[in-house]
Amino acid sequence: MTKTFFEPSIRSRPVYGELTPRAGRAHLFVADGEGAEAVCDMIAKAGADAPALLARSHIIYMPGPFGSDLTARLQALGAAQFHRSPSFGAAQSRLRKVLADAHMGLQVYLAGTETLIGLAMREVMEAGLPPEAVQTEHRGSLSRRVQCVHCKGITENVTTDPFACSHCGLNLFVRDHYSRRIAAFQGVNIDAEDPGQVPAAVERFK
Amino acid sequence: MGLEFNTETFRNDFTFKNSPRAIKRFPFPFDRDDYMYSVNMEPHVPGRPGSVFEHMFDVDEHYVAEMRDRALVLADDPLRCQSLPHMTLAGWDLLELIMESKARDYPHWFELHKNGNHWHWINRPLEIEQKFTFLDETTLPCGPMEYITRQAQGDFTLQDQRDDNLWIEAGMVTTQADWSLDFDIGMSFHEWHAPVPKAHQMGVFDRALKFLLKLQHGAPVRRFNWTMTVDPLLDTSPENYPKWGPTKATLTPDNIGHRQHLRVELQTLHRLPRSNAIAFPIRCYLIKFEELVTIPKWARRLHRVVRDIDPELATYKGFLRNRDLMVQYLSQFDDGAPTSPGWWPDE
Repeated sequence: MTKTFFEPSIRSRPVYGELTPRAGRAHLFVADGEGAEAVCDMIAKAGADAPALLARSHIIYMPGPFGSDLTARLQALGAAQFHRSPSFGAAQSRLRKVLADAHMGLQVYLAGTETLIGLAMREVMEAGLPPEAVQTEHRGSLSRRVQCVHCKGITENVTTDPFACSHCGLNLFVRDHYSRRIAAFQGVNIDAEDPGQVPAAVERFK
Repeated sequence: MGLEFNTETFRNDFTFKNSPRAIKRFPFPFDRDDYMYSVNMEPHVPGRPGSVFEHMFDVDEHYVAEMRDRALVLADDPLRCQSLPHMTLAGWDLLELIMESKARDYPHWFELHKNGNHWHWINRPLEIEQKFTFLDETTLPCGPMEYITRQAQGDFTLQDQRDDNLWIEAGMVTTQADWSLDFDIGMSFHEWHAPVPKAHQMGVFDRALKFLLKLQHGAPVRRFNWTMTVDPLLDTSPENYPKWGPTKATLTPDNIGHRQHLRVELQTLHRLPRSNAIAFPIRCYLIKFEELVTIPKWARRLHRVVRDIDPELATYKGFLRNRDLMVQYLSQFDDGAPTSPGWWPDE
């Protein structure tokens, strides 16, 4: 999987960059699925500095939403700490501990799906790290985490537009409007004005 | 002046209506026969006596009924009022601004007595009397922003200023034109305006932000915004869209004059003294088409604005599906005569 291309969109929709090695006292990576490739590419870019960087690195990794799992490749990098978690939820308390223990000069690298980047970014911001210490790179699925504006329930891994809210069942269209605080896109009832007239679902977020 | 407040509803049987006086002072937002976005900000200085600009915060015949409706919305959904922890001081700033303004501008309805930080607030229309210690949250029944905005018409948001940006981090939002405080809270200026079409490309938000970052205490500004609402529903929230959305499909040539409303927001912006935050009151005024057309100039002009508006704007404002019906109704009141400049009705 190569780098993801995003259509130009509205200003609340997050944009992502490309991980680049930076000088830092410690390095924290949080990645899922194909995000492992972004981490490997970045380490390759570090060249001769890679062993020193890895000696101060902590990698937290989990499979992508649809199962892609590059654990072996990432583990082979030989970071000082490597943790494979089955899910973001399972890794959350560890991530919070690492962020709480962090000193000045920690560099953070988030790579993988938007859901992973959004959830991890929220933890990083709540921990009070400066935004300039965080880099992001999107890889893998474009599936979205969507909050229903009506019932407030969040549906994970949405690939089609419209889709049925997994909590209240309303048919929602997916906006590009994004809340960093909720780490989710907004879903709005598509047939509110004409109940029952729901267009066929299209796979927009593969 | 007596306590002349309407007994009326903004839901269910929708008994809201404007008196002839309220129609005449309605803040008609179009100063010409066409409409496109602009920053359109002007100093919020006292305007014509009797107009909605006369005072810092206009209190009109709908005050008591609007506050009852707000309480109903909040009981149904407490997330309509939120304040991030660091915004409490800005809430006190807002409370002070509203209490001082109302006590000064409407002394027969509101009184504020201060003895150091021991304040005594009297709100006669809502039959509230409160003694409290300014800047001490434990002496009010709820946070300062919630306390005072349960007694003030219009929505309110509070913007923190840092990193050369404004961050929407508190608000009381129950009379909104289809946006969610719960979703937008915490966003930067460009983020929370992101869904607005065209205006970003026109540079409207870049200019507005630049202007607002320099807003000075004691020099508030104002602008208008507007949209269309079927039935006099204050709470056109995205949260409740499945409840009010279907009404858009029920307009007919026979009922449009009574049920279609022009919804105008008088937005003012105030720099707050202690927190350096910006208070953003968004005051909503509703008028039925059948009320509006009693002012011939406004009838002619609204017909032309709606007829010629960019379809993308009509879509964003949510009335494209009824635009033809509106134009058809309003055209009866447009004889093609020229209209005078500015928004005031002709005398």
